Amino acid sequence: MAITRDEVLHVAKLARLELSENEVERLTRELGAILEAVGKVAELNLDGVPPTSHPLELVNAWGEDEARRSLPLDEAFANAPHREADLFRVPPAT
Amino acid sequence: MIDTLRLTAEEAGGMLARKEVSAAELHAAYLEAIAARDPELHCYLRTVAEPQGDGVPIALKDVITTKGIETTAASKILEGYVPVFDSTVAARCKAAGMPIIGKTNTDEFAMGSSTENSAYGPSRNPWDPSRVPGGSGGGSAAAVSAGLAPWALGSDTGGSIKQPSALCGNVGLRPTYGTVSRHGIVAFASSLDQVGPVARNVRDCALLYSIIAGKDPCDSTTVELPEPVRLPEAEDLTGVRIGVPKEMNEAEGIEPGVADSVRRAIDLAADLGAEVGECTLPRSVEYGLACYYLVAPAEASSNLARYDGVRYGPRVGADGYYSMVERTRDAGFGGEPKRRIMLGTYALSAGYYEAYYGQAQKVRTVIAREHAAAFERFDVLVSPTSPTIAFKLGERSANPLAMYLSDLLTIPSCMAGLPGLNVPCGLSEGLPVGLQLIGPQFAENTLFRTGYALERALHFDPVPERLR
Repeated sequence: MAITRDEVLHVAKLARLELSENEVERLTRELGAILEAVGKVAELNLDGVPPTSHPLELVNAWGEDEARRSLPLDEAFANAPHREADLFRVPPAT
Repeated sequence: MIDTLRLTAEEAGGMLARKEVSAAELHAAYLEAIAARDPELHCYLRTVAEPQGDGVPIALKDVITTKGIETTAASKILEGYVPVFDSTVAARCKAAGMPIIGKTNTDEFAMGSSTENSAYGPSRNPWDPSRVPGGSGGGSAAAVSAGLAPWALGSDTGGSIKQPSALCGNVGLRPTYGTVSRHGIVAFASSLDQVGPVARNVRDCALLYSIIAGKDPCDSTTVELPEPVRLPEAEDLTGVRIGVPKEMNEAEGIEPGVADSVRRAIDLAADLGAEVGECTLPRSVEYGLACYYLVAPAEASSNLARYDGVRYGPRVGADGYYSMVERTRDAGFGGEPKRRIMLGTYALSAGYYEAYYGQAQKVRTVIAREHAAAFERFDVLVSPTSPTIAFKLGERSANPLAMYLSDLLTIPSCMAGLPGLNVPCGLSEGLPVGLQLIGPQFAENTLFRTGYALERALHFDPVPERLR
């Protein structure tokens, strides 16, 4: 079950990765091989088997509804690439 | 003179309590060992000059957030990121008085089995520097074995604590899912990630686990331990039922030297009074790897969406927002995270979700049920931790699928949320072989007891031969 070059470009768009031409070529090859290997799970007939999304049988973790100190703005912005006043500045989304 | 190669954390704690040594002297002794040996081994991404605390120092894998100490997950996309808060495990270590010695190397975002995927260069195995220390937590494991830390924390998604401990010859625990907080851990695959201890022996490992385990209000997937951690003392295995899963001990790719060493350890367990019997986990081994490489990348693709150049980390400039995000991510992520983001995004995308991710989640149920059936008859399951001894740098890095096979035997129990302990059980070609002990959920005390009795009887010397 190979993945096509167009599919790689589509998935890269979904994942917001701007891949170089080299990377597109390499990933098309590698993902094809990996998908063939992991596609093995399709061999099993698992009708009626429930999916596991979490290894523990936990139902609802309740906590007290109490106010706690949140990060001061200067700390929250401490690692920001571009702060402007109390906002993260980004280029226009066009 | 402090011999950091031999000193256990428990002994170091005793020396501090009796005031035979100060925390500053202890810290300095490790920094001195690091200065001498780490230029070759590259276990650390950075060290801390001044100890904060009066206890036994510890090294933390660089996916563990530390306030005021750069935390990169060995990725360029977090270069220069200095956290403004502590992860819960770092806070618990600090509360126990333990100074942080430094942050250890890992495969980028803990994705890998050799540390060769670190954006800052690989770590090397202290037994043979031409070989890998395993991964992803190769830095923590190699540091402990090379006497560059008395103990360390790692994180384990599919084998990243157990496999490096096996390849470096020390004791590593992947705890039961939910017993150790993930708050402040750089997320890889949230339904699998667990933090755990790496130590020179089983008692140190148990002691460190007791410090970090327990419910945390900041991580709603955590639970209280059903019983307190007991430091193991018994030297026999009377009454312990040990199961030997056929497929995990006869899998293709297990080296003869590894199989021999594990077989001898199992025979020794019987001599110590354990009841040993065979069992099977047919689909866990056959489908575990495929299941893991769907579930883990799917969750990773979601978790790594947060690295967008907006709130932290470096940004690659562009005229528009979307091209800024795409360029930042292309420049910041290395090959393996990109591969997994792409794989996971594909597996979750419209038209493929049910066939890949949905099916893998059902396989996960099958794996959990097979293990549960085995634990109706046995207390502990044993196998090699890694099918092979430490391999050469570069040997598997060109072939992702060959690298993924390194975790063939560690992955199944991770999928089921089970605890696993690596205990060194001998040498093959002069390099350590690791025995994997798997227990039911919350059976860490049984693993410590079994591991300790075997450790006492095996007399494995954890100091690499070339450093003795």
